Amino acid sequence: MMFKKILIANRGEIAVRVIRACREMGIASVAVCSDVDRAALHVMKADEAYGIGAAAANESYLNIDRIVEVAKRCGADAVHPGYGFLSENPKFARACGDAGIKFIGPSAGSMELMGSKTRARQGMEKAGVPFVPGTSRGIESLAEAQKVAAGLGYPVMLKAAAGGGGKGMRLVANEHEFASALESARSEAQRAFGDGEVYMEKAIANPRHIEMQILADEHGNCVYLGERECSLQRRHQKVLEECPSPAVTSKMRKQMGEVAVRVAKAAGYANAGTIEFLADAAGNFYFLEMNTRLQVEHPVTELVTGLDLVQLQIRIAAGEKLALIQSNLDLRGHAIECRVYAEDPANDYFPSPGGITVLSEPSGPGIRVDSGIYQGWNVPLEYDPLLAKLIGYGESRKQAIGRLKRALDEYVVGGVKTNLALFREILSNPEFLAGNTDTGLIGRLPAADSIGGEAEIAVIAAGILYALRAEKNQGLEQGVGSSFSNWQRAGRDEGLR
Amino acid sequence: MRYEVGLGGRIHRLELRKKDAGWECRLDGRDVLVQAVRASENTLSLLIDGKSFEVKHEAAEAGAAIFVRGTRYEVSVEDPRSWRGRARAAQDEAGPQKLIASMPGKVVRVLAREGDSVVSGQGIVVVEAMKMQNEIRSPRAGMLKKLLVHEGMKVNAGEVLGIVE
Repeated sequence: MMFKKILIANRGEIAVRVIRACREMGIASVAVCSDVDRAALHVMKADEAYGIGAAAANESYLNIDRIVEVAKRCGADAVHPGYGFLSENPKFARACGDAGIKFIGPSAGSMELMGSKTRARQGMEKAGVPFVPGTSRGIESLAEAQKVAAGLGYPVMLKAAAGGGGKGMRLVANEHEFASALESARSEAQRAFGDGEVYMEKAIANPRHIEMQILADEHGNCVYLGERECSLQRRHQKVLEECPSPAVTSKMRKQMGEVAVRVAKAAGYANAGTIEFLADAAGNFYFLEMNTRLQVEHPVTELVTGLDLVQLQIRIAAGEKLALIQSNLDLRGHAIECRVYAEDPANDYFPSPGGITVLSEPSGPGIRVDSGIYQGWNVPLEYDPLLAKLIGYGESRKQAIGRLKRALDEYVVGGVKTNLALFREILSNPEFLAGNTDTGLIGRLPAADSIGGEAEIAVIAAGILYALRAEKNQGLEQGVGSSFSNWQRAGRDEGLR
Repeated sequence: MRYEVGLGGRIHRLELRKKDAGWECRLDGRDVLVQAVRASENTLSLLIDGKSFEVKHEAAEAGAAIFVRGTRYEVSVEDPRSWRGRARAAQDEAGPQKLIASMPGKVVRVLAREGDSVVSGQGIVVVEAMKMQNEIRSPRAGMLKKLLVHEGMKVNAGEVLGIVE
């Protein structure tokens, strides 16, 4: 039975994305919001909306009891968790189930298995999945760990077992750095995830991050939908993703896809999931982790497969059988996603929350913008800085890049600072154009020419705007009988600057 | 009208004179004829020598960023006749220096106390926003004369957090 009403336990662009899918399927949508999100876009787009608490995420978007209570009260028969927040929290999935509300995602059991990276490694080893050499258990003593590291050969990577988003991750170049790196990885993991367990992997120099999208129904059917190249990262956070990966041949895609399906089946997985791999320059790939939710970058897969992953998630959760057959699935064309963050490039890409005073979003052929903002919206400082995703599609990689560059010319976000200029650099970078994307690329980008080619136009425009403003003020002054003193006028001019 | 327009550390001299539907511009000694139409509250359409430019700009009170073909330019316009332009130019850069929040957020840690002697680049305050922490460092060596924030306080970008002398 298809759902009648779905509560979206999230905010921002992904909440809007899910609300749209609901609307398209004739399902009522329910938004939830914290106090600072009362005027957020997802609240206005939904059919119903309810406040769930204070701005701090653990009092609202992470508050399982409140969200389940709202879902029950409003009569929702399913919950979509989006990504982040409670999306990979087995307690939430269980609480929904206990309340008789379908959680749109995998079972709590699958999440628990994949949620701990060390447990996932242990489980997947049995399924014959290739791994980066390392430990499948948390590090207990420094001496033992250093012995393992010496066996693997430096550099090694320390990772949080409960981790994600680069938190609790440290590269260790030699044994002298080990003790302090372990200490800081543990304390960061403890702070970020409430779990200080850290394990070790051999570090692969400038690897590629390639992930495989799978879809599994609740009747044992599972297909893979092609890879996403996610190597372009800053501080272990993805910045730009594409499908297909310039590094993946059709043979490698088939191998990776089959491993991914094996992983999903070993975990008893249902719904949409992503298996992340590390790939080295020789084309070897290793299982990294499974993300048991919809990914931020799912639109690139949607564009090259022609499928709507959110609608499929909903249909799978409603008990439908997958109608997709692996041999009929084809990737067509090329898609690239740019994650638009509220970040200040002049301040080392630190977050830049605040009011959106100007907004002009691109459109036109091959361009999709999944946005959670509008002109006049005040981007709160409590949450992730992702504002929107700009996705370009073309019949070839070259056409997709051309369309994105054109779209960037049309894209204006003012008030907050954004990383939009970074994408011009990436999309014109010879290494990127040649498809040589690895995790070190953003770090190797030459320092940006801080003044663009149309600086003169900006100077002229600034002067004209100033003059027009002065003219208007003068007009106002005459209109009100010139009662302003020059001091007041100077003060007001200053305020207008 | 004569303006001094600052962009990327350079000052450009711009003279503007209204003429019919357009403006006669003299930019750094060069003559340019510009047609300007305000297309919307945030949009200016410029025609210069037949070339068309869509210019967007932030609301005045939020600063003065100008966007030409999507590229962001931070400009400042000074009217040299205004007393404020000169007052600003005369500002003293030596002496006590302010500790300034480079982004809005919440103070999560304070790493020094009033009266502490600090070295240049030493972290004084940690500000967190959107899950990222940013250490605000001392602009100079000296003594932390004043600390204006405490843990848990919200701060705005550009806000003075303390003074080092």
